[in-house]
Amino acid sequence: MVAEKEEEKLLKHLLDKQKRGELTAAERYEILPQQMPQQAPAERVHNVSEVALGFTETQARLEAMRCLQCKNAPCIKGCPVQIRIKDFVTATAEGDFKKALNIIKENSLLPAVCGRVCPQETQCQLECTVGKKFRDTGMAVSIGRLERFVADNAETEDSVPAVAAATGMKVAVIGSGPGSIVAATDTRRAGHDVTIFEAFHKLGGVMVYGIPEFRLPKSIVQKEIDTLIKMGVKIIPNFVVGKTRTIEQLMNKDGYDAVFIGVGAGLPKFMDIEGESLVGVYSANEYLTRTNLMKAYQFGSGADTPIARSRKVAVIGGGNVALDAARAALRIGAEKVYLVYRRAEEQMPARVEEIQHAKEEGIEFHLLASPKRIIGDENLHVKAIECLRYELGEPDESGRRRPISIEGSEFQIDVDTVIVAIGSIANPLIRKTTPNLEFNKWGNIVVDENCKTSMEGVYAGGDIVTGSATVILAMGQGRIAAAAINEYLKRKIRTKNKN
Amino acid sequence: MSHKIISKKQLSENVFTAEIGARFVAEAARPGQFVIISVNAEFGERIPLTIAAFDRQKGTISLIWQRVGKTTAQLADMKVGDELAAVTGPLGNPAHIEKFGTVVCVGGGIGNAPLLPITRELKKAGNTIITILGARSKDLLILEDEFAKISDELIVTTDDGSYGRKALVTEPLKQVCQRAPKPDQAFAIGPAVMMKFCCEVTKEFNVPTQVSLNTIMVDGTGMCGGCRIEYDGKPKFVCVDGPEFDGHKVNFDLMIKRLNAYKNQEEKAYEHYKKHGCKIGLDKKDTDKEIKK
Repeated sequence: MVAEKEEEKLLKHLLDKQKRGELTAAERYEILPQQMPQQAPAERVHNVSEVALGFTETQARLEAMRCLQCKNAPCIKGCPVQIRIKDFVTATAEGDFKKALNIIKENSLLPAVCGRVCPQETQCQLECTVGKKFRDTGMAVSIGRLERFVADNAETEDSVPAVAAATGMKVAVIGSGPGSIVAATDTRRAGHDVTIFEAFHKLGGVMVYGIPEFRLPKSIVQKEIDTLIKMGVKIIPNFVVGKTRTIEQLMNKDGYDAVFIGVGAGLPKFMDIEGESLVGVYSANEYLTRTNLMKAYQFGSGADTPIARSRKVAVIGGGNVALDAARAALRIGAEKVYLVYRRAEEQMPARVEEIQHAKEEGIEFHLLASPKRIIGDENLHVKAIECLRYELGEPDESGRRRPISIEGSEFQIDVDTVIVAIGSIANPLIRKTTPNLEFNKWGNIVVDENCKTSMEGVYAGGDIVTGSATVILAMGQGRIAAAAINEYLKRKIRTKNKN
Repeated sequence: MSHKIISKKQLSENVFTAEIGARFVAEAARPGQFVIISVNAEFGERIPLTIAAFDRQKGTISLIWQRVGKTTAQLADMKVGDELAAVTGPLGNPAHIEKFGTVVCVGGGIGNAPLLPITRELKKAGNTIITILGARSKDLLILEDEFAKISDELIVTTDDGSYGRKALVTEPLKQVCQRAPKPDQAFAIGPAVMMKFCCEVTKEFNVPTQVSLNTIMVDGTGMCGGCRIEYDGKPKFVCVDGPEFDGHKVNFDLMIKRLNAYKNQEEKAYEHYKKHGCKIGLDKKDTDKEIKK
C-alpha cells in the first residue's frame, strides 16, 4: 500500500514536470522498469490460471513515462504491423487508455493476445532506445505489457466494428486462428457475407489448442470470436476443408467469391530417431491439444480426454511450444520436467519471459544436448532418453551457430514421457486436394505481396504461408489479404454490374 | 450443422448402430473413410469411427460402434432425436479398390462394420469375394446377412463354437491361402491382434494384405500425430496416411501397446460413468430432458 502511494506520488511529480516541459531524458532513465505482478511459482504450478497478472494503472503509466518519445520512433520499425507505438505509449502515460487502444487497433486487432504472446524482445523492444542506452533489451520500455494493460482495461462492449451495407459477395475463411480472425473481421467490415470454416469443434486455432491457458486465457480468445459473431460472421465448425469440401467446391458449387486460407502450421515434426513411437512419446501438438483444447487436466473431474500421468518428462526443443508443453506437464502433476535443447540459452527462440517463468517453476534445462534415441521398457513404454552433448560451431544459414554433436558424450536421463517440440511442417490436406494452388518445396502456399495465391480469388496468410511463425505475423497477413480480397471483390462487383 | 440421431439399433450385447444426420460428410464420403465424433462439445473426447454406410440423398451416415468406454457408452445411451456435438469428416483416405481377382475379406468382431462397405465396393469392381467373419460367440456376430449377399463364399467362425466353425479366423484364412490358385488379395479388419495374426498367415503365402487401423486420435487431420504407427520402420499417421495400410509392414506389437496407453484411465472413467449413469457429461439441455422425464 505504502509503495503504491509512493508510486502514485512519483507519477504525479513526473507528469507535472512533463506538463511544464521540464522532464529530461535523464529523469526518464531513472524511472525503474515496472515489475508486472505474477502468481508465485510454487502456487502457479498447481493451477492453470494465468501466470502474469498485468500492470496496475499506476505501474502502466509509470512504465509509459520511461518512453523517451524518440522522434524517429525506432520501436515502430520493429513491429511487424507497424503499430504507432510511441503514440499509444504517450496516451497511456496520460491516462487516456481508450485513445491508446484505438491507436493500437488501427494496426492490430488482437492487442490482448499480442500483448501476451508477441516476442517483444526481438521486435519492438529490441529497437527501443532506452534498452539500447542500458545495453540491455530487458531495460527497454515494456511495450508488450503496456499493450496488454491497455487492451485489458480499455476494451468496452461497444467496440464491435461497424459493418458496411451488404455487397452480396461471399467470402470463405478457412481456419480460425489469428490470421483468419483478422481476415474475417476486415472482409466483414466491408459488407461481405463471411463464413469461417474450422476443423475443430472450437474456434481460435493455435490460440485455443496450442497456447496454454496460463499464458493466454481462453476467455480472451472467446471474446474475439464473440465479436465476429456479433458482426454477423457465420461459423461452421467440424468442417475440414480438403476433406469435407475442397476449395474448388466451395467456390464453384457453394458460390464463394473469395477464399482466405489460414489453416496454420499443420503436421508435427519428429526427430527420426529410435524409439519415437514408444508409448509415452508425444508431439507437443498432441500434448498441448489434449491439455488445452480437450482440458485433459480435468480428466476424471469433467473432461473425458486422458493424458499420460507422468512423473518425469523430457521436452525436446527450445521454442515457446516446448516451454508451453514443459510447463503444462508440471501443471498436470509431473514431479520433474527437463528441457533438452541442442543450442545454448541465448539461441532459444522462446520469449525471454517464458524462459524465466519456466526456470522459476523448476524446469531443468539440458542445453547443448539432443536425444540420440528413446529407450523403452519391456512394455514398450518410455523409460529413458539417451542424449548427446553438443558444441557450437560456425554460424549456419539461420545466422545462429550450428550445434555439432560431441562424439562419445552420450548420457541418459530417466523419464517416462517425452514430448517432441521441434517444429511443424505444412499440413498436406489442402495441397493434395487443390491442384491449381502453387506450393513451395516445403509445402507452404506461395503468395505475392498482397497474400494472393496462384488461384484467382484465393488468398492465404499465417503459418501455412510463412512456416511456423508468430501470432502477430499471421494477423498482419490476415489484414493484408483482407484488403486485397476487398479490392478484388470491388472489381468483381463492378464487372458484374457492367454486364 | 445438426447431427441428430435418425435411427438407432442394438446389434449385439455391446455393439450399436445409428444413422446420423451429417449432410456434408455424406456428400463427400467414400468407403474406407472415417469420422471423428464427440458427444459433448465442452468436455467430450474425440474418437474416430468408421463410416459404415452413407446416404447422400438423405444426408446421413451410419456408424457402428462397440461399447468399450465412456464415450461409446454415452453414444449408446443417446436416443433417437438426440444430437451429437460433432461429426467431422470424412477423414482418411478411401479404401484402395480395384479388380484384383479373388479377394479374401476377413472381419473380426466390430471390424465387420468397416469391412462391409469395402467388400461391397470390391464386389462391384468385379472381384470374387471369399468372406471370413469371426466373433467370440454367436451373439456377438454382426452383419452376417449383409456379407452373405455380397460374398461368393462365406465362412463364419466363433471362438466358443456357438455358431459356424469353432476356430479363430486365421484357421480358415490359412486354408483359403493354401488353395490353388491362392487369393490375389486379402483385406483384414478387426481387433489389432487379429489383424496381426492374419498378416502373419498371409505373409507366409505372399498374399498382399490391406488392413484398416483404428488408433487413438485427437484431431484426425494430421495435426497431433497421436495415431502414429511404425510402418516399415518409419512413423506414419493413421489419420492422413491411412487408415488403410499394407498389413505386412505394420508393427502391430507397438500399435497394440499404443492403443492401450490410457487403459487404466479409460477403465476408471467408464466405471464411474456406469455407476453414475448417463446424466454425467451430457449437455445441460440433455440433462434437463432427463430430469423432466
